[in-house]
Amino acid sequence: MGLPPYATLGQRIWYYSFRVICGLIFFFLVAPIVVVMPLSFNAQDFFTFTPEMLRLDPEGYSLKHYRDFFTNPQWQLALKNSLIIAPLATIISVSLGTLAAIGLSQSHVPFKGAIMAILISPMIVPLIISATGMFFFYAQLGNWMEGTLGLDKGFVGYVKVVLAHAVLGIPFVIITVTATLVGFDRSLTRAAANMGAGPVTTFFRVQMPLILPGVISGGLFAFITSFDEVVVVLFVGSASQKTLPWQMFIGLREQISPTILAVATILVVISIALLTTVELLRRRSERLRGMSPG
Amino acid sequence: MANTATDQAFVEFERVQKSYDGETLVVKDLNLSMPKGEFLTMLGPSGSGKTTCLMMLAGFETATHGEIKLDGQPINNIPPHKRGIGMVFQNYALFPHMTVAENLSFPLEVRKIGKSEREEKIMRALGMVQMQDFGGRRPAQLSGGQQQRIALARALVFEPELVLMDEPLGALDKQLRETLQFEITRLAHNLGITTVYVTHDQTEALTMSDRVAVFDDGRIQQLAPPDQLYEEPENSFVAQFIGENNTLMGTISKITGDQCEVTLDDGEIIDAKPVNVSEVGQRTRVSIRPERVEMNKERLSPDAHTLKAEVLEFIYMGDIFRTRLRVAGNDDFVIKTRNAPDQVRLTPGTQIDIGWLPQDCRALDA
Repeated sequence: MGLPPYATLGQRIWYYSFRVICGLIFFFLVAPIVVVMPLSFNAQDFFTFTPEMLRLDPEGYSLKHYRDFFTNPQWQLALKNSLIIAPLATIISVSLGTLAAIGLSQSHVPFKGAIMAILISPMIVPLIISATGMFFFYAQLGNWMEGTLGLDKGFVGYVKVVLAHAVLGIPFVIITVTATLVGFDRSLTRAAANMGAGPVTTFFRVQMPLILPGVISGGLFAFITSFDEVVVVLFVGSASQKTLPWQMFIGLREQISPTILAVATILVVISIALLTTVELLRRRSERLRGMSPG
Repeated sequence: MANTATDQAFVEFERVQKSYDGETLVVKDLNLSMPKGEFLTMLGPSGSGKTTCLMMLAGFETATHGEIKLDGQPINNIPPHKRGIGMVFQNYALFPHMTVAENLSFPLEVRKIGKSEREEKIMRALGMVQMQDFGGRRPAQLSGGQQQRIALARALVFEPELVLMDEPLGALDKQLRETLQFEITRLAHNLGITTVYVTHDQTEALTMSDRVAVFDDGRIQQLAPPDQLYEEPENSFVAQFIGENNTLMGTISKITGDQCEVTLDDGEIIDAKPVNVSEVGQRTRVSIRPERVEMNKERLSPDAHTLKAEVLEFIYMGDIFRTRLRVAGNDDFVIKTRNAPDQVRLTPGTQIDIGWLPQDCRALDA
């Protein structure tokens, strides 16, 4: 959309400055991430662009940091832990968050506002405060599980981190699912009941497919939250539950190895792939709902 | 098998009351009994309790008091999905993520009916509404009228004995509405389904139903076949609500059998039929249909009372003429005459005499 011929001088100035501002915002968002990517191919063990790299000399580039990531047992443990904890936390967040959102969308629930506020508080309370609280809470819970139930220490450690991350993910699921439920037609569930479908069948065959876009987006946010999270896992977990962000944090503090940059690049690629997949899924499901022309 | 009248009732409401807040009753003491195969319409203004009654029958609302019976069995404690009642919703309520065929298949799958039998039933149901070729489409790809046909087919596909319809034609344009009115009545009678139809459109109620229940203020004001409802309203609400109606206020001055004299507020005397008035001196609202007003004195009995009227407006409506008169101080007295070759077209300002047969003028509650 260009400028109309009758635009005043002020409108012209604003038209161009608006584009400059947008460009700057975009630059500040993307530049720090983009700069990491070429550095991760650095042949040296430094965080700087070497003269060889600037000359685009192939000698200056290497995959050694990627190799390190895939062979170093420390990084492999962290990757394994992240891939165990994040999906489990996501499954819990999505199940509980979706149910909570559906419950809170019913008109007869009392104290809806208060319940909603409590459920989404992990998103609002500063993370360090949540983490401190969780530290004490999960320490007690962990002791009880190990002492009274006699469960394995490593297993209990995972349970603690998964639960803590699930709590952090729930608000995202509640918010996205609540937003999809706003457009949900209650007479559809009535129609299903009328045709002989019990509440469970109605949920899985009618309600769930229609709110799926919200559930998927919420699940994605919950997954990324857990996958990126470093504060809570430091407080609640022990060394054997070390996740990728934790390992990166240690790496930065103790050895400043460009392997971190390689990992960062891999994570960015994974995030982009996830976002794209989810967006495609969401569009497909919206098309199925007849919300946009197929 | 000695069947008494109550044994034959298929749907029964017995002293049903409904309150949402525990204070005001939305439905007050409802009693209704429907035989199998009847097409009954619940007609009334919004807030009259008609939709609440339908929801109680479907099981989406529970009756605060009283009992609802289906085929002799109380259904108060049966959840909606076990009642086996078909329903057509105002906004169609088709599942947007399923195709037309999948929508129709849903109630059959829930009932665990085999695939081949399902397909056969779906085709038959689509055939009933002339939509055989649309099985693969999604609801969003259909027009409003087509969607409502599918909704109808979906309510009929599992062969329920009772079908409820909640203002199903409310969102459609006039012509489509008339076509579908005809189709729905035809289907209901051909399949022998018992139908409860809710609407606020009186034309719809009159043209489609075997009987109409007129609702107001949480009660059935009158339950009667359409012709009786129109010609013999039992109270002034029904008279006003159904069709066009002229009213004059007055006091009963003489009652003899099924005829009475009413002294209008400006002193003139007219003949009427007492309906729900019983004593001399009682206030009354007399009601007369515009097409029953007679301008030709020769068609009235010699001793009939007539009223002076002044023509205020003449409206040509094609098949009929609509003339607005001032009668006994009422400026909104309307008469309708057929557009026949010998019919006079009255010009405003003309003074005429009007009268009517006593049985066409009903003295009702004030």
